[in-house]
Amino acid sequence: MSDETSRNPERPDFINDNPPTGFGVVAKPLSLLERVFDRGEVRKGLMLVALALVWEGYARWLDNSLLFPTFSDTALAFWQGLVSGNLLNATVVSVTTLLQGYVLGLACAALLTAFATATRVGADLLDTLTAMFNPLPSIALLPLAMIWFGLGNGSIVFVLVHAVMWSVALNTHTGFRSVSQTWRMVGQNYGLSRFAYVTKILIPGALPSILTGLKIGWAFAWRALIAAELVFGVSSSGGGLGWFIFENKNLLEIPGVFAGLLMVIVFGLVVENLVFRTLEQRTIRRWGMQS
Amino acid sequence: MALDPQKPLLEVDGVTLQYRARDHLVTATYRVSFSIRKSDRYVILGPSGCGKSTLLKAVGGFIKPVEGTITLGDRQITRPGPDRVLVFQEFDQLLPWKTVEENVLFALTASGRLSGSEAVERARHYIEKVKLTKFADSYPHMLSGGMKQRVAIARGMAMEPEILLMDEPFAALDALTRGQMQEELLQLWEDTRVTLLFVTHSIAEAVRIGNRILLLTPHPGRVRAELGSTGVDAIGADGRKLSSRIESLLFEGEPHGGRAAHE
Repeated sequence: MSDETSRNPERPDFINDNPPTGFGVVAKPLSLLERVFDRGEVRKGLMLVALALVWEGYARWLDNSLLFPTFSDTALAFWQGLVSGNLLNATVVSVTTLLQGYVLGLACAALLTAFATATRVGADLLDTLTAMFNPLPSIALLPLAMIWFGLGNGSIVFVLVHAVMWSVALNTHTGFRSVSQTWRMVGQNYGLSRFAYVTKILIPGALPSILTGLKIGWAFAWRALIAAELVFGVSSSGGGLGWFIFENKNLLEIPGVFAGLLMVIVFGLVVENLVFRTLEQRTIRRWGMQS
Repeated sequence: MALDPQKPLLEVDGVTLQYRARDHLVTATYRVSFSIRKSDRYVILGPSGCGKSTLLKAVGGFIKPVEGTITLGDRQITRPGPDRVLVFQEFDQLLPWKTVEENVLFALTASGRLSGSEAVERARHYIEKVKLTKFADSYPHMLSGGMKQRVAIARGMAMEPEILLMDEPFAALDALTRGQMQEELLQLWEDTRVTLLFVTHSIAEAVRIGNRILLLTPHPGRVRAELGSTGVDAIGADGRKLSSRIESLLFEGEPHGGRAAHE
């Protein structure tokens, strides 16, 4: 049957020895506008400008600077806070405390994860502890922390460690467990030592989860810190951003309150976009582990 | 080279393999024996469920036999090691955080085979052999499936292992690429004369790649036959093509049907 169809005189075979040329370019470069809008920073920057305009418009329409100051007033208060050093000092105090708590929290998480990865008891312990403590708001521990560690920096750092370590440990451990079986076998095949196996296979393989854990931990730490400072007031080394906000509210300097909040937001944006984004782009995106 | 050519390089002797599934203990192979000589292209062929991949992993040292022994040279195999390199079916066997060259280098340095410029030289040599020099600095996710498998083969061959274990390395490729890869593998074998142990479920691939073909029957895997092959689907003494002989051996019932039930 196939023989008959191939000999069908109405549908003869044909071979094209000279495929047409002259189709111009196969790949055409994108226009400048297309390339500009392809950049996430540009799109997100425009988004921020739009949000600021909406804010300004709504505040002007409301016309009540005690309830909702305009963007320009807030920006002015922000600038004055920076120039006078009040806001800047508060930020330095907050960030210093934050970093102490964050780093200590990461160290605790690393220990817990190492134990959980090495032994089954450790894995059970991590699961149980995370289930117990991860939903517990860090701020709920503050009264207890103040009894244990006094009215100094120690209490806040304790609260931060609690905020950071569970989500980081949970994400890292989940990441380790989901490292592909094939990579594990490759590692064993080439005779990696136990330490090299962790650093060369497990950690890079789990990096997407680890980075997610670091980001969540960072956000949790910020929230816990500002909340703790609002409740706690001045720690030994001077007031942080939470205190700055609280103080301005007491003085009915509402643009100052907004400036403090703006500082928290700006710092969050900067860390997310400069630190974490760069880290992701240099690692998991470059490796095609995240699109 | 000092090895007596008649003496087997790898000897699998009465190997029974079991693994634990969710709530069963599954017997993958039952008392399988065969031996491989140096520079063989030894193919294990069988339908799914005949335990051929499990058998390969046992030779790799990832699974311990419950019965029988596996010996390479004079040593009994007890754990994974760089003298037996595995090439997997999965494309994700390359580490995505390393470039093509780093993947090959990693194997050489992690195993302590070579270091420094010697390692780089060896890695580049084998990357060139699989025609990927242009892509040496690319990350695996930028490569096609066939290219990834080529890198995996280069990584395995760069180790110059005593035996290269290949677990259906071309099964996930499209048919055109697969044919091309089979050709390239044979070419590489001509150059290096590396001993291959190749697992497949494709009769055509077995006939083309192997010089010896071991047939396994499923549930659990037992040896059905061991045949020689010349690389072409030759017509044997009984007037049948090798591929159709294999087909009837595998699918036209066992000579002692239901043997497993009595044992």
